[in-house]
Amino acid sequence: MASEDSRLRVRVEDGITRVEFIDRNILDEANIQAIGDELAKIIDGSGEPKLVISFANVDHLSSAALGQLISVNNRVRGKSGQLRLAEISPQIYEVFAITKLNKIFEIHETSSEAIGSFR
Amino acid sequence: MAQEQSQPAGPSGSIELSNDRAAITAIGERVIEAAERAGFSEASRFAVRLAIEEAIVNAFKHGHKKLGKHETIEVEYEVTPEAISIVVTDKGPGFAPDDVPDPTAEENLMKTSGRGLLLMRAYMTEVSHNDAGNQIRMRYIRPDED
Repeated sequence: MASEDSRLRVRVEDGITRVEFIDRNILDEANIQAIGDELAKIIDGSGEPKLVISFANVDHLSSAALGQLISVNNRVRGKSGQLRLAEISPQIYEVFAITKLNKIFEIHETSSEAIGSFR
Repeated sequence: MAQEQSQPAGPSGSIELSNDRAAITAIGERVIEAAERAGFSEASRFAVRLAIEEAIVNAFKHGHKKLGKHETIEVEYEVTPEAISIVVTDKGPGFAPDDVPDPTAEENLMKTSGRGLLLMRAYMTEVSHNDAGNQIRMRYIRPDED
C-alpha cells in the first residue's frame, strides 16, 4: 500500500489498519498535508474504518500535526469508524496533555492494546 | 544579540529566513545543536525545538498572510549555559495575543488550528510580544534538573 514517496508504513490485518510514521519529525506542513491525504485515502477506502496510528518512531510533532489528527478523527467518525493512537512517548504525550487532546483521542500504550480495544 | 555566525552553529545568530522548509528545519537544528553543546537535556531541547517551529510557522502563516510569499522573517537566537533566547520578527501588521481563543476550551477542542501559542507558552519559561504584535520573544531558562 505504501508508494515510494509514502510518509506512512501501513499494515492491514483482520480489518484493522495500523499505520506508523516514517518520519521522526512531524513538523513540516507540506508533509503533514501529505500524511493527511494518505490517511484520507485509507479511511475512504474502508467501510467502517478501524485505524490505529502508532507514534513509535516520532520524536517531534507540531500543532499542525495535531490539527491534521483532528481532521483524521473527524473523517473516521464520519464513516462510523474508530480511531486509536498508540505508542506515544511521554514527551509527545505531554503535547497532547497540554492541548487537552488526550481527552479527544483514545490513546493506548501499545499497538496491540489499541488493536484489542476495537469493538 | 550577535550577528550571523558562520557554520558550524555558534551560540548566537541573527538570520533572515525565507519560507523554505529546509531553511526552517536548519535554523531549528542549529539552535538545538548549540543547546546540546551547552548541556541542555533532551527534554529541554524538545521544548525549545517545538517553540521555534511554532513561532516560525506562525510568523509566515499568520503574520505574512497578506504579504508576498518571498517576504522574509528575522530569527535571532542566543544560547548560554543558563538560557536559550529566541526572537522571531515578521513584517506583518501584528496581532493581539490576548485575542487568541483558548484552544483548550471545550468549544475549541475540535478545531484544527490555534494551538501554537499555547504550546510556546507551555514549553518556554517566558513568552512576550512587542506592542505591534509582529515580534515574539521567548526565553527558556535551564531547569534545575538539567
